[in-house]
Amino acid sequence: MTAISSSAASPRDYSLTGRDARLAVENGLAAAEWYHTDIPRKQMKELMQRSDQPAIRDTIIWLAAFMVSAAGGIWFWGSWWCVPFLFVYGTLYGSSTDSRWHECGHGTAFRTQWMNDAVYQLACFMIMRNPVTWRWSHTRHHTDTIIVGRDPEIAVMRPPDLLRVVLNFFGIVDAWHAMTDMVRNAAGVISAAEKTFIPEQEQPKAIRIARIWLAIYIATIALALYLHSWLPLMLVGLPRLYGAWHHVMTGLLQHGGLADNVIDHRLNSRTVLMNPISRFIYWNMNYHVEHHMFPMVPYHALPKLHEMIKHDLPAPTPSILAGYREMTPAFLRQLRNEDYFLKRALPPTAKPYREDLHSDNPVAAGAE
Amino acid sequence: MSDWVEACAAGDIDEEDVMRFDHAGRTFAIYRSPDDEYFATDGLCTHEKVHLADGLVMDDIIECPKHNGRFNYKTGDARGAPVCVNLKTYPVKVDAGKVLIQVG
Repeated sequence: MTAISSSAASPRDYSLTGRDARLAVENGLAAAEWYHTDIPRKQMKELMQRSDQPAIRDTIIWLAAFMVSAAGGIWFWGSWWCVPFLFVYGTLYGSSTDSRWHECGHGTAFRTQWMNDAVYQLACFMIMRNPVTWRWSHTRHHTDTIIVGRDPEIAVMRPPDLLRVVLNFFGIVDAWHAMTDMVRNAAGVISAAEKTFIPEQEQPKAIRIARIWLAIYIATIALALYLHSWLPLMLVGLPRLYGAWHHVMTGLLQHGGLADNVIDHRLNSRTVLMNPISRFIYWNMNYHVEHHMFPMVPYHALPKLHEMIKHDLPAPTPSILAGYREMTPAFLRQLRNEDYFLKRALPPTAKPYREDLHSDNPVAAGAE
Repeated sequence: MSDWVEACAAGDIDEEDVMRFDHAGRTFAIYRSPDDEYFATDGLCTHEKVHLADGLVMDDIIECPKHNGRFNYKTGDARGAPVCVNLKTYPVKVDAGKVLIQVG
């Protein structure tokens, strides 16, 4: 791992309609050809194969865990015994849905497409991401990963807003934006930024979903008022706040503190080895370099893909804690110098970075 | 109009798989279905110009390797986000063990 900084003064413009959006197109960073490790077609086909079985198994466990934890939370509501049940329920609701939204959005979790669609819709509701808007924003995230002005899913912009990061462990900023976006969409308004990545013919679908969701939330609030109880909201809506911690904890590690404006996922993404519970919640998205390089590979095949290409990748970060130990100081350095980032070292067996594109000046190809 | 061009040998493509074929500055994707039939489409995804030959064939679907957009390769129909524009398809025949496509 090498720490890189540049003396170039280059405040970033993350707006999707701003200066850096235009510069990214002019500099060839938009829709660029990204580096891929070579994998023979036969092996790639095996890795890409779809199967319903692993995701059905995981989804049965997932839904059963939802039902048991919800039942416990309801049964023990009013006593402290409800806390562990709601902790599990909230983590499933506010965190595991992040990975289900993601994997089913790619269409790789199940072989059967309606199963992907069903889990996608449910997960989108819980994680408060409009299924139309976020399908398209994530498409852009894969086209232009961490390209300033192009990627709508950059979790930590530079200089980092650390208060926002901390608040998002409780879902506060994200849920607020999700709610205001939902109300705006329900009113029939698609923002200028949304229009940059949602095709016109898809926009009415985003509006229709927002109206359905708004009706569900109004019904939940009405039920809570009728019952004179917070319980309905503890089961619908609020778990996005009290259960967000795990998806934020793992999500920040995906790209945090690494390079921007590069076209090699080995430089801007992080693979982290994790415990089995976190991997179940996260559906193996800890293999993040591998996922970005080959988004066709289902979550259950990512460990095999990792073994196959690790000779060409930076060494995986050994734990969540180790990830925070390298990422947090980088965030703090970026408060003083937003061009600072961590450049991941490659093993001797790897194909080198293209230094003509990825020099140690992190803004060489970006906004100047 | 009737420009039949030899793309490959029939055995060059595995069943339920796809192969890239470049001709006269254009790129095509040649498919062999699970029923051992052959089909051809434009080679690039209509969404972001990625080579479909790097994607996955499942039954009558080709899935783009970049964003998982899906097409029916027999008809060219786009099958949902993020692809919205259909693929152009081309007639295919197998003659003496060779796959020919009409590129005109």
